[in-house]
Amino acid sequence: MSTLAISDLHVSIETDQGTKPILRGVDLAISSGETHAVMGPNGSGKSTLAYTIAGHPRYKVDSGSIRLDGQDVLAMTVDERARAGLFLAMQYPVEIPGVTVSNFLRTAKTAIDGTAPAIRGWVKDVRQSMEALRMDSTFAERNVNEGFSGGEKKRHEILQLELLKPRFAVLDETDSGLDVDALKIVSEGVNRAKESSDLGVLLITHYTRILRYIKPDFVHVFVAGRVAEEGGPELADRLEDEGYDRYVAAAAASA
Amino acid sequence: MADKPEIASLSTDAAHPARGDTIEEVTGTGTRPAIIADATSGHGYVPVQTRNARFSSTDVTAFPPVTGREATWKLTPIADLADLIDGELDGTRYEIAATTSGGAEITWVGRDDERIGTAGIPEDKAAANAWSSFREALLVRLTGEEPTGATIVRSGLGGIARGAHTIIDASRFSKGVVVLDNRGDAHLAENVEILVGDGADLTVVSLQDWADGAKHVANHFAQVGRDAHLKHVVVSFGGSVVRVNPSVTLAGSGADGDLLGVYFADAAQHLESQVFLFHKGDHTKGRVEYRGALQGEGAHTVWIGDVLIGPDATGTDSYEQNRNLVLSEGTRADSVPNLEIETGDIAGAGHASATGRFDDEQLFYLQARGIPEEIARRLVVRGFLSSIVQKIGVPELEVRLHEAIEAELEGSAS
Ligand SMILES: Nc1ncnc2c1ncn2[C@@H]1O[C@H](COP(=O)(O)OP(=O)(O)O)[C@@H](O)[C@H]1O
Ligand SMILES: [Mg+2]
Repeated sequence: MSTLAISDLHVSIETDQGTKPILRGVDLAISSGETHAVMGPNGSGKSTLAYTIAGHPRYKVDSGSIRLDGQDVLAMTVDERARAGLFLAMQYPVEIPGVTVSNFLRTAKTAIDGTAPAIRGWVKDVRQSMEALRMDSTFAERNVNEGFSGGEKKRHEILQLELLKPRFAVLDETDSGLDVDALKIVSEGVNRAKESSDLGVLLITHYTRILRYIKPDFVHVFVAGRVAEEGGPELADRLEDEGYDRYVAAAAASA
Repeated sequence: MADKPEIASLSTDAAHPARGDTIEEVTGTGTRPAIIADATSGHGYVPVQTRNARFSSTDVTAFPPVTGREATWKLTPIADLADLIDGELDGTRYEIAATTSGGAEITWVGRDDERIGTAGIPEDKAAANAWSSFREALLVRLTGEEPTGATIVRSGLGGIARGAHTIIDASRFSKGVVVLDNRGDAHLAENVEILVGDGADLTVVSLQDWADGAKHVANHFAQVGRDAHLKHVVVSFGGSVVRVNPSVTLAGSGADGDLLGVYFADAAQHLESQVFLFHKGDHTKGRVEYRGALQGEGAHTVWIGDVLIGPDATGTDSYEQNRNLVLSEGTRADSVPNLEIETGDIAGAGHASATGRFDDEQLFYLQARGIPEEIARRLVVRGFLSSIVQKIGVPELEVRLHEAIEAELEGSAS
């Protein structure tokens, strides 16, 4: 059993207009096997939270902490965090020209495990996961994310989730831009990863529809850089009916 | 033609420091001058001139002494090439190791061979010097319609200044791959004529894997016939000054040219390619794509890409691009795309040039998958260059080139 604990996290970015504070005191703890949905309007800082957990250099942590079983995540490099068991499925996956998916996956798996995977079992695992995600086998020889459609990029993120087997996965708007078939395929992938391990999931989303396929244990409403309200799955239903207006107005009033 | 502005100074510009995230990108279409994009030096404007109106001659004495101000020599370290430009050259036969397959033949022919001079005529003094000097030309002949191949290894040229001439003659409907595999020491000025007959499909790869001190100035001239396809690849890794300039004329209707290049310049290396693609026939298609990496003090690359779409080249489709990845301080990448269009009726034409540092987002993505930074960097460089290697379409050669890239990365890591 592991815990990822975020406490009083303050994060800013440098812009042309100067330093811009984005996260203003985020508290959130997630344990193995749990699924937490983080829901909030555009620009509320959801991706900033995701990138800060992963260690993107653009985001500057002003105060607060992120701990994985007590270990200081903020002191780790990006790759150390991944090797410690953190995974980020990106909202906008990056194209890597000239690097094939199969080479990329093998290199990543080797880095995470510390040894190269046994070739037979690995090839079979990759093939099975790709089939389950309805990815054509030719994907393996294509360059990472190059020329992929939006849906293909998201499936490729979940493929990595299934193969790299992290302890905690942050899914940043994995549902955005997917049609209903792709949404189901991607959700099934996440659910498979949850069943086959004790994966903890931080499911960041703007909409509630993915929650029909991936059931959250907890819901956090994220507004203006902090958690405005928390509850169980029923909170998502309320957001579905009422939207974020109430929270946004309250945040504006207190700002 | 009216006077055109001179190319602006390319000396290091302190007001424009290279930053980790700097990517200068130039894209465009049409005949307007293009801006030189360069992460570690200044930029300026390229003069427009009609590219096929240059003086040409096979006689070295017809060219005035080279001053370094000529358009073709402006970015080249001419002092290092003085003897190749107008010194005495040994034009006798040299040793080659050749392998052939299918209907490919390799022979030596005299200066009176009727093919000589049919693909192009020198436009600079070094090319004319080589032309004036060679005694015999190496002829590679591809015939029949079955796949053919020829690999010519030149590894024993040594330090003596040489002039050489090669003809690659791909007859009608032939199909083949010719590799000029250059290794060891060399002091070589040469011309390579490439004749691609109607309907033929030819790949020519010139691999400069020379030893450290080698100097090599080459001009390749190609004529591509009706419905024929030429894939021309320049790979430059080794040598101190290497300049391989392909001039390709898509002569026949429907001719197709892929001009690819990949280079990796280490400290104090000068690697250059001036590419000229002339769309002469109608419905011709051209793609020019060169990529390079630079690392180490004094690593210098030059790419000048001239595309000319002639008055009869209606329905032409053309695109050229150059990308450079700068891996350290103290390097200089000159990149000059230039596009001239002399007909109003084309299918498309464009160019792009970009020189920049690592894309931090690519590094982040790889590191976020557990891959350590050093390995991630190598993966990105290898991938960047492999994008060209993947297009060569000759599997054995791709393996060799991946190994060569690997060796460059090993060398630069130490
Ligand atoms: N690189 C950046 N430059 C400038 N502003 C940024 C940058 N990244 C994020 N922001 C700003 O930070 C705020 C939060 O962004 P983000 O974390 O992407 O929100 P969300 O994912 O919830 O839509 C927004 O106001 C956004 O405009
Ligand atoms: Mg976002």
